[in-house]
Amino acid sequence: MKALGIILAGGNGRRMRELSNKRAVAAMPVAGSYRAIDFVLSNMTNSQIGKVAVITQYSSRSLNEHLSSSKWWDFGRKQGGLFVFNPTITPQNNEWYRGTADALAQNLNFLRDSHEPYVVIAPGDGVYKVDYNKVIEYHMQKEADITVVCKKLPAGTDVSRFGVVELDEDMRITGFEEKPVISELNTVSCGIYIIRRRLLISLLEQCEEMEWFDFVRDVLMRQRKAKRIYAYNLKGYWANIATVDAFYQCNMDFLKPEVRQEFFYGFPEIYTKVDDNPPAKFNPGSFVENSLVASGTIINGTIKDSVIFKKVFVGGNCHIRNCIILNDVSIGDGVALENCIVESRTKIMAGTQIKGEEGAVRIVTH
Amino acid sequence: MKKKMIAMLLAGGQGSRLGVLTAKVAKPAVAFGGKYRIIDFPLSNCVNSGVDTVGVLTQYQPLRLNSHIGTGLPWDLDKRDGGVTVLPPYEKSEDSEWYTGTANAIYQNLEYMEQHHPEYVLILSGDHIYKMDYEEMLECHQRNGADATIASMPVPWEEASRFGIVVTDENRKITAFEEKPANPRSNLASMGIYIFNWEILREALISLKDVQGCDFGKHIIPYCFEKTNNLYTYEFNGYWKDVGTLSSYWEANMGLVDLVPEFNLYEEFWKIYTREAALPPLYMASGARAERSIIGEGSSIYGTVIHSVLGPNVLVEEGAVIQDSIVMSGVKIGKNARVEKAIIADNTAVGENAVLGQGNYAESKLDPRVYCSDLVTVDENSSIPAGVSVGKNTAISGCTELEDYPNGRLEDGGYIVKAGEMG
Repeated sequence: MKALGIILAGGNGRRMRELSNKRAVAAMPVAGSYRAIDFVLSNMTNSQIGKVAVITQYSSRSLNEHLSSSKWWDFGRKQGGLFVFNPTITPQNNEWYRGTADALAQNLNFLRDSHEPYVVIAPGDGVYKVDYNKVIEYHMQKEADITVVCKKLPAGTDVSRFGVVELDEDMRITGFEEKPVISELNTVSCGIYIIRRRLLISLLEQCEEMEWFDFVRDVLMRQRKAKRIYAYNLKGYWANIATVDAFYQCNMDFLKPEVRQEFFYGFPEIYTKVDDNPPAKFNPGSFVENSLVASGTIINGTIKDSVIFKKVFVGGNCHIRNCIILNDVSIGDGVALENCIVESRTKIMAGTQIKGEEGAVRIVTH
Repeated sequence: MKKKMIAMLLAGGQGSRLGVLTAKVAKPAVAFGGKYRIIDFPLSNCVNSGVDTVGVLTQYQPLRLNSHIGTGLPWDLDKRDGGVTVLPPYEKSEDSEWYTGTANAIYQNLEYMEQHHPEYVLILSGDHIYKMDYEEMLECHQRNGADATIASMPVPWEEASRFGIVVTDENRKITAFEEKPANPRSNLASMGIYIFNWEILREALISLKDVQGCDFGKHIIPYCFEKTNNLYTYEFNGYWKDVGTLSSYWEANMGLVDLVPEFNLYEEFWKIYTREAALPPLYMASGARAERSIIGEGSSIYGTVIHSVLGPNVLVEEGAVIQDSIVMSGVKIGKNARVEKAIIADNTAVGENAVLGQGNYAESKLDPRVYCSDLVTVDENSSIPAGVSVGKNTAISGCTELEDYPNGRLEDGGYIVKAGEMG
């Protein structure tokens, strides 16, 4: 047990529009069968991290339901386990989590009572596959104080919703810009940090004392010259689904063979809660092309270039294209949907026609 | 802890009439309906009926069954008190023997039952597809003040002579048994599901312990009937299918793909649980086609699937056509292969351009008792080389190569059984 894991899953998802009414971003459904947090949880269990804390705050009901049992990710062990930390009122504190550093600082005892030398801090809304052991090795090899997992995006990508890092030739982070409107740089932070547990405790104690609340601004940026902060370059797929467009795009990415290969068919697996649904059923008249179809779904209509989540019913003579249909949706006969995200448990009446535009998807709720 | 009712599930039989499908696994461990195994149905019925202590008696090829059941977690049977326990035959200080009959197997596990102090014992077998509330059957048993209750279901009169028939009075009290009667007096067929008062069962098992091949239908039930004359039947009117032969197994699977199936897996009430990995959704490629079919998670379909049942992680390559077939987990169907009326067991590979199920019915050269339909039956972990043609009513097991097929053809009624597994 080299490291323990902390997953920051408390973010409010204002940029997810209506989709975040029901759930935290970490509970956003991804790729037909998963929730966003499954990726980080699976990465941790696949990296032999057996003790994981999930810090939740905003709209955590759906997330807690998903985390109701730790057995799906094999965390329910005598050594280690899955811990969920909601904000709580204590004699010393009656505040919500006021920022990422504050969320960690309010749970300092979890860190103090552990014995693992390293801590992996990761957000709950990243879709990627990584062996954290490799990052820790790199961290040791660079003799870094903090290692930030970064992704180099294609030049010219809009980076205005990310933290952007400036690197020297040794990959040491020399500059850090948070959500720049315009930037020359295209290496962004994935929000994944490796740090020695003792150093993290002392940095958080300082934050507590100074009333600093944000991990990026008050730890990374303030310490950037005092501490050796390194970037680890993530090679594989990475998406952060903090906006509706990113959510839509990330789901659609799973229609690409290379993305499916990496996550679905390559070792190690991504785990999720097992739902005991029957297999998907294709009735007469169904016609499904270039689409993902999850279990428990019954299809009578035509579907193209779409992602269909669990237990969806699609009526006869439906035409669905470029859509993401979340779980438990029921679609009547003769419905036409294009460029839509259909919120879970929505019932769409027979004959309804809803069209979004490419680049401006419609969100369909009740 | 005292349990009201515990279940003993007989899962030791080979199910020899399923041919190569049960060459290496016990019948209860054979796949059904894409993702399930036959034993999932009685096990799920148990948990859904509130029976949380289940002994599973295994004997024939138990490896797959053991790993499937594991700790019982998929059925919520990983309990602190009770839960599921696998009970294989074991060596005793004297008279060690295999399970020689259904009742003998239960007798050899008297100790297991005694430690739970049950009031009632439910006897089940692991080879039927049905949803049944055993609690309702127990209520019926208690209401009648019966010593034993036998579940039965009405069958068409003209078929009644193929079954073990119970004859009852107007209160459903059993007045006679008829085994495969020429002129049946009743059309209630015994389903092989029994509830016994524990004391009665215990006494019967001990009294008949020296009977060779001691069997419920042949020995225990007649013994109790004669002794107490207080046996009742519980009439069951739901879906119940014996999947003991290749054609009944095929038909029961195919029933699942009907528009409104008689046996509905999609109801929220009375879920069927199974051990499953967290698999990705299935992918339907451009140009793929699926109609009147159910397809498991993790599968990738590039070809055409019509009126078939596909398990999880199946790959159907471009141009391949699967029709009227059962394809179990992890099977790969190569480019432009044609599969018609076949049962293909787990992890088998069918080569490109191979054609399965082409020809006319001919009597099986392997075992006409087992292979007596149009079906092509392929064992698990087998392979069929590219380009060969396979006739109807055939059986294939093992890693077959082109030279096993004279002129690239396995004739109707033919078979190839090879040792060794796919590398």
